[in-house]
Amino acid sequence: MKPPAFAYHDPGTVEEACSLMASLDNARLLAGGQSMMPMLNMRFVMPDHLVDLGRIAALSTIEERPGALRIGAMTRQRDLEHSAVVRARCPLLVDAIQWVGHRQTRNRGTIGGSLCQLDPAAELPSVCAALDATITVQSARGTRTMPFAEFPAGYMTPSLEPDELLTHIELPDWPRGHGHGFVEFARRHGDYAVVLAAALLVTDAAGTITRASLTLGGIGPAPVRVAAVEQALVGHVASPALFRQVTEACRALEAMEDIHAPASYRQQLAVVMSRRALDAALASIAPAGH
Amino acid sequence: MSTTATTAMPPIVDPSRPGDSLIGASIPRLEDDALITGRGRFVDDIHMPGLLQAAFVRSPHAHAAIRSIDASAALALPGVHAVYTYEDFKPHFATDRLVVGLPSSHYKQDHNRQVLAADEAVHVGEPVAIVLADTRYIAEDAATLVDVDFDPLPAVSDCRAALAADAPLVHRESPHNLLAEFDMTYGETERVFAEAKHVFSESFWQHRGGSHSIECRGCVARHDALEDRTTLWSSTQMPHAAMRVICEILGLHENQIRVATPDVGGGFGPKLVTYPEEICVTLAARLCGRPVKWIEDRREHFIATTQERDQYWDTEVAVDDDGRVLGIRGSIVHDHGAYTARGINLAHNSAENVPLGYEVPHYAMNVKVALTNKVPVTPVRGAGHPQGTFVMERLLDRVARELKLDRAEVRRRNMIQPDKMPYRTQLKARGGQWVTLDSGDFPACFAEALQRADWDGFPARQAKARAEGRYLGIGLSNFVKGTGRGPFESVTVRIGPSGKVHVYAGAAAMGQGTRTMLSQVVAEQLGRDLSNITVTTGDTAATAMGLGGSNSRQTVVAGSSAHVAAQNVRAKVLKVAAVLLKAAEAELEIVGNEVLVVGQPSRRVELGAIARSLVGTAGYSLPGGVSAGLEATEQVLIDDMAFSSGSAVVELEVDPETGGVHILRLVFVHDAGRMINPMVIDGQLAGGIAHGIGNALFEWMGFDENAQPVTTNLGEYLLVTSTEMPRMELHHRESPTPGNPLGVKGVGECGVIPMTPAIMSAIEDALSPFGVRINQTPITPAQLYALIENGTKERQA
Amino acid sequence: MDSTLSRSISLKINGRAVQATVDVRHTLADFLRHQLELTGTHLGCEHGVCGACTVLVDGRSARGCLMLAVQANGREVTTVEGIAAADGTLHPLQQAFKDLHGLQCGFCTPGMLTTLVELLNDTPDPTEAEVRVAISGNLCRCTGYQAIVDATLAAAKTMRGTAAAGGVR
Repeated sequence: MKPPAFAYHDPGTVEEACSLMASLDNARLLAGGQSMMPMLNMRFVMPDHLVDLGRIAALSTIEERPGALRIGAMTRQRDLEHSAVVRARCPLLVDAIQWVGHRQTRNRGTIGGSLCQLDPAAELPSVCAALDATITVQSARGTRTMPFAEFPAGYMTPSLEPDELLTHIELPDWPRGHGHGFVEFARRHGDYAVVLAAALLVTDAAGTITRASLTLGGIGPAPVRVAAVEQALVGHVASPALFRQVTEACRALEAMEDIHAPASYRQQLAVVMSRRALDAALASIAPAGH
Repeated sequence: MSTTATTAMPPIVDPSRPGDSLIGASIPRLEDDALITGRGRFVDDIHMPGLLQAAFVRSPHAHAAIRSIDASAALALPGVHAVYTYEDFKPHFATDRLVVGLPSSHYKQDHNRQVLAADEAVHVGEPVAIVLADTRYIAEDAATLVDVDFDPLPAVSDCRAALAADAPLVHRESPHNLLAEFDMTYGETERVFAEAKHVFSESFWQHRGGSHSIECRGCVARHDALEDRTTLWSSTQMPHAAMRVICEILGLHENQIRVATPDVGGGFGPKLVTYPEEICVTLAARLCGRPVKWIEDRREHFIATTQERDQYWDTEVAVDDDGRVLGIRGSIVHDHGAYTARGINLAHNSAENVPLGYEVPHYAMNVKVALTNKVPVTPVRGAGHPQGTFVMERLLDRVARELKLDRAEVRRRNMIQPDKMPYRTQLKARGGQWVTLDSGDFPACFAEALQRADWDGFPARQAKARAEGRYLGIGLSNFVKGTGRGPFESVTVRIGPSGKVHVYAGAAAMGQGTRTMLSQVVAEQLGRDLSNITVTTGDTAATAMGLGGSNSRQTVVAGSSAHVAAQNVRAKVLKVAAVLLKAAEAELEIVGNEVLVVGQPSRRVELGAIARSLVGTAGYSLPGGVSAGLEATEQVLIDDMAFSSGSAVVELEVDPETGGVHILRLVFVHDAGRMINPMVIDGQLAGGIAHGIGNALFEWMGFDENAQPVTTNLGEYLLVTSTEMPRMELHHRESPTPGNPLGVKGVGECGVIPMTPAIMSAIEDALSPFGVRINQTPITPAQLYALIENGTKERQA
Repeated sequence: MDSTLSRSISLKINGRAVQATVDVRHTLADFLRHQLELTGTHLGCEHGVCGACTVLVDGRSARGCLMLAVQANGREVTTVEGIAAADGTLHPLQQAFKDLHGLQCGFCTPGMLTTLVELLNDTPDPTEAEVRVAISGNLCRCTGYQAIVDATLAAAKTMRGTAAAGGVR
């Protein structure tokens, strides 16, 4: 189980990387390597060229901007996990990252790598979907941005041209004191989820929900925002009973099926994980009346 | 390179204190210093000049004819040295089949493996060619360039379907797919079932997966032309068997092949098999004139290392009104895989284990062993016994439910009582000997487990949890497991002129602490200084006979031979020392590396001096009229097995919304007879328990309907991790066996045996409001949720 | 030398400066094991699940099978061979593994030890649950993990005692 032969490139700048990707045939990008390296070792991918982004310091950044955090694609998951800035401004990401792989893989794995791998049951794509993240991609032809909702082109396939690389992710702020919850059901700690749910809530002084976001991973080919549930939440007073009632709609979502779980089981988990994520989000809101 | 070593560690046991016994002492292992500092020597750690790396070309088809093989593109790749196929090897074979199956009169056909597939491949992963290159990287590149023209044939995946009249044939030339059939029967089941007040029937699917030692298999072969001898270092549990098979196939004699084991990174069963790869690597090294290494990777481990897989059981139990078992009968269909790599022992063990721990007056089990187009099935830790225990314990749970009895009470009423020990069952072991339970107090062991787990207090805990909306359950299982399968293990104990005590054993270590065990046993007789002992195991050049590691046997058989050999050497030491010191033998004691006259410290002689006095000097007589040399070789013959036993209680919580199972408490009371190193015994038990939890909740080696494996990486095939393991509460009872001089029993497989029934019993208990019944293992959360959902619907209907 | 196919790298391994030429496709684990013959780092799956190949790169645990050797250029790598003190005194984790039977076959042990060295550096007083999470990416088939967890908690206690007494570890 050894990688096939390839030519190795380790550009020092994004521009160099873009020019390599523009000129090389059958090239693949290497970010943190926690998914790409297993695929190379198992020879599931056979690139002629491997372009390692590890030396590009400009991509390993956590930048505070007005209204959003701007995160470089090569930022290690571990650095996000331990960032005070991320914890303060985007607690959902910190909630989620506890579930990502293991200590050793988070030390190497990057946010951009995880997004481009786009495993439907991975945590970070669902966080981006939940937060309405903005994705910036670059190539020798220029730079473009897109909402995360447009990023998945299909199962484990980002809408990137072969010469493009993901450079930054912008995670818009939610209001201070918002509720955030992330839960998943996995066979073992650190495994990809069978189904996961990410929830965000904003409530007013009376406890009425003014804004809601609910995302499911592991059920469809890409993270699913459950707009019907979000709409059913807004305008109502947040409560476990409400959550129990509205999340039942998740059972109607189309679900994947594989050797480990039939679609109906994933639909059941979608209902349960949604409800538990919303419960967790409500519990995380600064203890007002409870 | 074999596991010979000395360790300078301070003696834990003070050799000058006679009461300070090494037997029963939790001594840190002698193996550990090297292993914790990265100085272990596993097979892939062997480097030598000129070493070539091998990769195998394997069948991607479950069943295919091989029309032709073209290696020219592979051979043209820079760094590639050779590609060998069956045709290349053929002139060098005395025979081309690995005849490794245990003898039995029940075979209906022989299917022994070829060293490389010639014209038909019968499972995914079957080796077709071996590639030698400068690096494993290049060898893998080249393997993809070997062009094999396969013509796919219909494949058989399900072992029940294999026995259908119109099933495709696993081997195209075979008459059918029934490899063997036998009945394990005693008493008058027909009459008993006809007359019984209650008869309950249950059908079960039981599955176990791979061994998944963290070190996969591997071997290195080096041919020494000067000595005309090839040495194979192999990560095997049975070096002597490998040596015999290699000699048979290559037409060589015993001095031309040496097999030695370096450190072995776990065995758990499948490494006891002699594999085609070991033959190929040995022959390749002889043909190409350079040493050759092959290290199995994890994907190969999934498709080419033997496994345990499926058994389908249809069973009935007959009981009286009190829940006393009158008889059990049924049938088993057992998945054998495509070849006989060990025999039909697994199916035999399963059928034999069902009635073992209880009074079962009448018994009839029909066993059909079916060929399938999958990698061969051989023992994995537990070797069929867990399946038998599962069936018995599930049937007893059914009896308890039907007769509205406490599950523990049903067991108490059927257990074999201690006053009946030794208890001769009506079963026969595979070698034809009567199965006789040697010792143990099963009811007391069971009672201790229940008491420690607070079985009686559980209903209150359960009611409290239910009031909070939580579903707690408790389950239990007893087990009896034959260990220490004979007939013997060979051990030599020799004191060298240096005064060191050398132990050479046919035993093979695979991580379980064999060296420590043998050192404790031998040192107990010879000075009680562990640092003065060296141990050599797993080397055919050091010990002529050896059976190796399997069946929880080494402490029983090798320990016994080591004990007797050490006693014999001790007697000789004292006899000669008495002459040299002019003292009576009764006055002498061996302390460290010296013999002392008790109470007179100035009168002493070193062990080395005694040994030197017995190597002989030309023209002079030996002192004391003894025979030459200071050594003894023993093969203590042990035909009857030593039966370990125990009881497990599991308390767990089920999330009825997800089917997730969380084990809260696990109590395990075990009886392995006299204990040599309780800390090591705890470790063996704990590992077995983890394996058993995996068999209940996680491990599934999946194949699709075309016999293509679908779980071929450790992301798909789930091993238990630290976060999924409960804290284990381990307790011991000691019922020494009369069957060997140390009174010891084996422990390596015991932790596995009761785990699947105890867990399923607890899950059913937790989900009793849903009427969930479990007749399979493993069970996944998705499957469990389906049962819960079913129960909910039925309750609503 | 075509720098896209093989590279000269310089790094520190267990405190020692190393220079080597490596094939770019060779993993860090294979480089350590077969080029430098530092065979303490083991390969159990080569797809990033079993954790046996875990080493410390700049003090952070990493899968040696999921890094290329070239990526270690300029880094400081610690393997199981480098955990004990220079005079051979065992690290408290190593000592506790031995005293409490935290290993059997020893194949997973190097990855367990390196991972736990990092844990105890970050978290000197871990709970049992934290220890279990820390090694959840390290498979062991022999021990059922319990003795490993117990050894880690014991080592942590030893290390806290040494630190409180002004020790250097």
